[in-house]
Amino acid sequence: MTTTFGLDTFGDVTHDATGTPLSHAQTIRDLVEEGVLADQVGLDFFGIGEHHTPEMPLSAADVVLAAIAARTSRIHLGSAVTVLSSDDPVRVFQRFSTLNAVSDGRAEIILGRGSSVDSFPLFGYDLADYEDLFEEKTHLFAEILKGGPVTWQGKTRAPLHEQQIVPYTEPFPTWIGVGGSPQSVVRAASHGFSLMLAIIGGNPARFAPFSELYRHALAKFGREPLPVGVHSPGHVAPTDEQAREEFWPHYLELFGGPLGKSRGFATPTPESFAREVGPSGALFVGSPETVAAKIARTMTTLGASRFDLKYGIGGLTHGALMRNIELYGTQVVPRVRELLAA
Amino acid sequence: MRIAVLGAGHVGPVVARLAVGAGHQVSIAGSGDPARIEMIIEFLAPGAVPVSAADAVAGADLVVLAIPWHRFGSLEPGMFADKVVVDAMNHWPPADAPLGTSEQVAARLAGAHVVKALNHIAYQDMEPADGRPAGLAGDSPEAVGLVAEFLHGLGFDPVPVGPLTAGRLLEPGSPLFGVAAGRTDFEKLAKEQS
Repeated sequence: MTTTFGLDTFGDVTHDATGTPLSHAQTIRDLVEEGVLADQVGLDFFGIGEHHTPEMPLSAADVVLAAIAARTSRIHLGSAVTVLSSDDPVRVFQRFSTLNAVSDGRAEIILGRGSSVDSFPLFGYDLADYEDLFEEKTHLFAEILKGGPVTWQGKTRAPLHEQQIVPYTEPFPTWIGVGGSPQSVVRAASHGFSLMLAIIGGNPARFAPFSELYRHALAKFGREPLPVGVHSPGHVAPTDEQAREEFWPHYLELFGGPLGKSRGFATPTPESFAREVGPSGALFVGSPETVAAKIARTMTTLGASRFDLKYGIGGLTHGALMRNIELYGTQVVPRVRELLAA
Repeated sequence: MRIAVLGAGHVGPVVARLAVGAGHQVSIAGSGDPARIEMIIEFLAPGAVPVSAADAVAGADLVVLAIPWHRFGSLEPGMFADKVVVDAMNHWPPADAPLGTSEQVAARLAGAHVVKALNHIAYQDMEPADGRPAGLAGDSPEAVGLVAEFLHGLGFDPVPVGPLTAGRLLEPGSPLFGVAAGRTDFEKLAKEQS
């Protein structure tokens, strides 16, 4: 399976050199530049994760992706993730199929149940229903992707009868983002969607049984092998020390602050940070060589053919993010390819 | 011990895997037909046996509740009489409930010996347990003792924090929730909060 490398971002608000937050509008314009640079340094994918908070204002990421599409010609563009549970599968398809047209076949979509839950009250959904919402909406999305008129009935939206859902474009890669739910792994296989493992804490190796479960389930459902990807947070700088020093204060602020508290994250300590940054943790923070070695090891352990580095924690400068993208594209990825080929 | 794990989502298979590794006889139940979780358990907790919730509980010395809190109301309460029940659930997102989950569990599962445990450790931090402190709270000394033995066998360092009402110390919002601290610091935090 072709090995591909991408970048994911949640579009966290960046700060200027004095530590003052930039406006949402400036953050979003900078994000377009980051996507363009990702294309220039040869990366395969650029994804934006849907969020609805003042710290992460990318609630309509597909619009930004279309802007990046207009200025690039090679890189694939997608979500990381689209919170399908609180959206309308018809509308999600329409937006990404339009992106697929604008980008000349470069759209991808990663569907998720949503680990940040802000979109549920915002759009009037009950969090207690999130499993059922995702199950039903994933099923409808899979039906729409087949391309024909859709006839469908369920509990979460109005029924469809022989409905044409446009625009028609070439099929685009669809993934399911999985943070730890084995049911989601089986669901991805049953629909023939690729599997994106979101590994944001703990030892990535503990996900190996998920890859095995996925491959077994694909075979059981009579489907061809499909890619397994890994999404993990990180930050690349010229040296390990610099990467850690830049990343740590913002990591502490995010996970130790109100946002982290509301999601039940423990306040990080220097020890817990060192463990996550170390060889058996989930943070890909360091020099190009350190990060490349860790990515290669993780992909091998999990049988993954795709790695997406979630870059850009809130509070870093746009400049630091651009340098991260450049190092990732020009040094980390070529080195990972070398290591995987060895 | 014969262990019943109720829940085959994020947490249940991890607890089942650890329990199998510790040499226990483990049954596991999801919602509905056991056949639905056979493939999941084959890969994520090989050695554990998928059965119905009723069958799992009936034969168990110790039951671990690892289902989403909003599904707790759908459990048949009668089958838990005289059972030692570990409440590993959390209000999610954190709710300002007047009672902790375990007090509500104990009220509904009349006759069960409820112990709050394992809820405050993220599933990704359970493997390896590495002697990580695991708080537990319960009113029955025998049940607390049995759960402590179980946690110890899984590789945790069990730290009793008090009666069932003290289970709230282990819930989201408390400094103990998710904390990566050694036993001394863990006990100190528990003391400060109580």
